[in-house]
Amino acid sequence: MEDRFVYADNAATTPVAPEVVAAMTPYLTEKWGNPSSMYSKGREARRGLDEARETAAGALGCAPNELYFTSGGTEADNWALKGGARFMRAKQGRTHVITSTIEHPAVLRSCEALAREGFRVSYVKVHENGIIDMDELGRLLDRNTAIVAVMLANNEIGTIQPIPEIAKLAHEAGALMFTDAVQAVGSIPVNVKELGVDMLSLSGHKLGAPKGIGALYMRRGLKIDKYIDGGGQERGMRSGTENLPYIAGLAEALRLAVSRLPDMERVRAMRDRLADYILNNIPHTIYNGDREHRLPGNLNISFEYIEGESLLLLLDMAGICISTGSACSSNSLEPSHVLLALGLPAEKAHGSMRVSLSHGNTEEDIDYIIEKLPGIVKRLRDMSPIYPGEDK
Amino acid sequence: MQYSEKVMDHFAHPRNVGEIEDADGVGTVGNATCGDIMQMFLKIENDVIVDVKFKTFGCGAAIATSSMATELIKGHTVQEALELTNQAVVEALDGLPPIKIHCSVLAEEAVRAALADYYRKTGREIDFEVPEKDEEACHIIPEEE
Repeated sequence: MEDRFVYADNAATTPVAPEVVAAMTPYLTEKWGNPSSMYSKGREARRGLDEARETAAGALGCAPNELYFTSGGTEADNWALKGGARFMRAKQGRTHVITSTIEHPAVLRSCEALAREGFRVSYVKVHENGIIDMDELGRLLDRNTAIVAVMLANNEIGTIQPIPEIAKLAHEAGALMFTDAVQAVGSIPVNVKELGVDMLSLSGHKLGAPKGIGALYMRRGLKIDKYIDGGGQERGMRSGTENLPYIAGLAEALRLAVSRLPDMERVRAMRDRLADYILNNIPHTIYNGDREHRLPGNLNISFEYIEGESLLLLLDMAGICISTGSACSSNSLEPSHVLLALGLPAEKAHGSMRVSLSHGNTEEDIDYIIEKLPGIVKRLRDMSPIYPGEDK
Repeated sequence: MQYSEKVMDHFAHPRNVGEIEDADGVGTVGNATCGDIMQMFLKIENDVIVDVKFKTFGCGAAIATSSMATELIKGHTVQEALELTNQAVVEALDGLPPIKIHCSVLAEEAVRAALADYYRKTGREIDFEVPEKDEEACHIIPEEE
């Protein structure tokens, strides 16, 4: 097969969809007014903002006034978690935060910030398959719990958590329920009411919108502290002149993603074909995370006796973009906290590969990965002093 | 984080990969938990390193520093090889990202461990520092940043 460029890292970011560019363009060109201005140029922009909010809310199953646009997923995570915890402390004196061991750094670091201001933070463990331990969650919940933060789908292993059940338990204890849905939105159906959450975060660039735009859903009636003081935009909760071109882009990306959800079955089949090929043809491989309860495009596999950064670099030379949970590819020198939380030993976490497929991928992409990957794994294993050989 | 062209060259086309069956000195440093292990094989005649091979489990920098270290000692005397510093490996590779400096330290240690093995086998007193096996200590944290 001829050399190709295969982008298989859609959990990192996605290309901006042409439809999204088309939806954004009017707000970068003729409709440049400030939505807060009363004259016609402003009203034109206001209409665009209202429409975008309606479209985005429709895609998530909430009301337009339950949605707040942010600069991205990280901001929404920070706002929901810190704002939610502080709100419950001020209102009910609750000072306990519960999250999981496999959350995104935006949530984990926010929890650490809350711990520094006196909150007690509990981390619910996950089972070997990457699904959270509901029994432990039940034990941890108490009348002091302010907020429970568990991600809908994990960014590394794609496991989907039973959020409706978790939300039910949280609410029974009188706590708020927040879910980081950054990886889930666009890949699986996401309806905030069915999930039963009080808050939900999402990010545009994971689903075909540009970087720098995201949103926070906040259930009507819940009024945590505003995030940015200023001119009162976003119903006074997040001031700053609205980033209308990007908001229009996010709305279109959400609309498009929902319309394309049926196509995720094709993505799932491609993912499974690749997984089966690897497991059947490359020895010493470990499938990380639950096979059923996971995002359709996500595959995470550890190749024993090799290190992920080397694998990433050689695959890149072959034109294939993937990511790894190896320490060496990060700035921390620690392997992925998610893979370690599954109970995977560090040396196996170092050899992990995450493939994240999306609509843009084709069967030819999978064929190409299947053509290139075994040779690259073998090459690195042949160079590895700890590789015992194929049949050991 | 960006690798120099030299690093990428040595990573993509590593020199002296493999094993030497009747090696005069073999040294292994690092551990799998930390994500890098280097193994160095030396063939020594009249105190000159006539052949050297390596095997490495590790990142791009680990492979490139091993490869460069073998080039820097091949054909040199044992004494010259003992003088190899991690800094020399880094310079020969046109630099390494700060977080990857520990790979060059590992390469220097692999050479020393192999030379210590050669000294032991030949009954010579080891009069230089030999890296200790320390399963706990993974990281040599870069000083800057």
